[in-house]
Amino acid sequence: MTVADVVDRLGLAVLTNESDLGREVTGGVASDLLSYVLGTGAPGQIWVTVQHHTNVVAVAQVAGLAAVLLADGRMPDEAARTRAASEGVILLQSDERAFDLAGRLYRLLAEPR
Amino acid sequence: MTYEVRAGDIEHGGSVSARIKTDLIEAGVSPSVARRAGIVSFEAEMNLIVYSTAGGTIAVAVESEFIVIRVEDRGPGIEDIKLAMTPGYSTAPDWATDLGFGAGMGLFNMKRNADRFEIESRVGEGTRIACWIQKDDSAGRPLHKEAQ
Repeated sequence: MTVADVVDRLGLAVLTNESDLGREVTGGVASDLLSYVLGTGAPGQIWVTVQHHTNVVAVAQVAGLAAVLLADGRMPDEAARTRAASEGVILLQSDERAFDLAGRLYRLLAEPR
Repeated sequence: MTYEVRAGDIEHGGSVSARIKTDLIEAGVSPSVARRAGIVSFEAEMNLIVYSTAGGTIAVAVESEFIVIRVEDRGPGIEDIKLAMTPGYSTAPDWATDLGFGAGMGLFNMKRNADRFEIESRVGEGTRIACWIQKDDSAGRPLHKEAQ
């Protein structure tokens, strides 16, 4: 499953790097603690969070995540958006709550292919 | 290559570690090894930003067998290293926890992603950390389940 598939099925907004949506998604990680994501996340995952500042972009880049999904209507500040665009980090966004997004993403990834 | 990290410079937090990861991949280091070096660097960088009194340095050297990352600051020093290494333990101020720092996993993540980890600290003087990451990960070394 690619990021594009997830965007399509969950009805997400794409804020940065729309041309990279072909990236393969390996799973998901949900937390608002940055080091928790670095410690437990794996490359290719989509990270569901309400943190929306520039350091989130650095975590996604370093951890090799497929995308960051900002939940609950959170929007990145200008610095985060600019950095994500230049570092190749895909920022996605939704008005749904983090729990609901994580649940929907989990079900989607668990679908037999 | 040695990078300066300024205390409190949250706005640029992660920019040094992002560059380290990119540079290592460009230098031919495997993405999984560069990722581990990136995580070690990120945690070091954030510790310098959030906790150090006057910032510090991160030095990266690519040697024949290892990537060596050395971190130094000039205080405040860690009173109880064993406690600071415990997952979940944090002394982060409120402004940092609001941003998602202070998970209490920083030093733990550094040790976990390194093949060899050394830390020494003196209260009032500073902290020095050195991490060695093996360049050849073809053996598929699993990460330590728990840093000792």
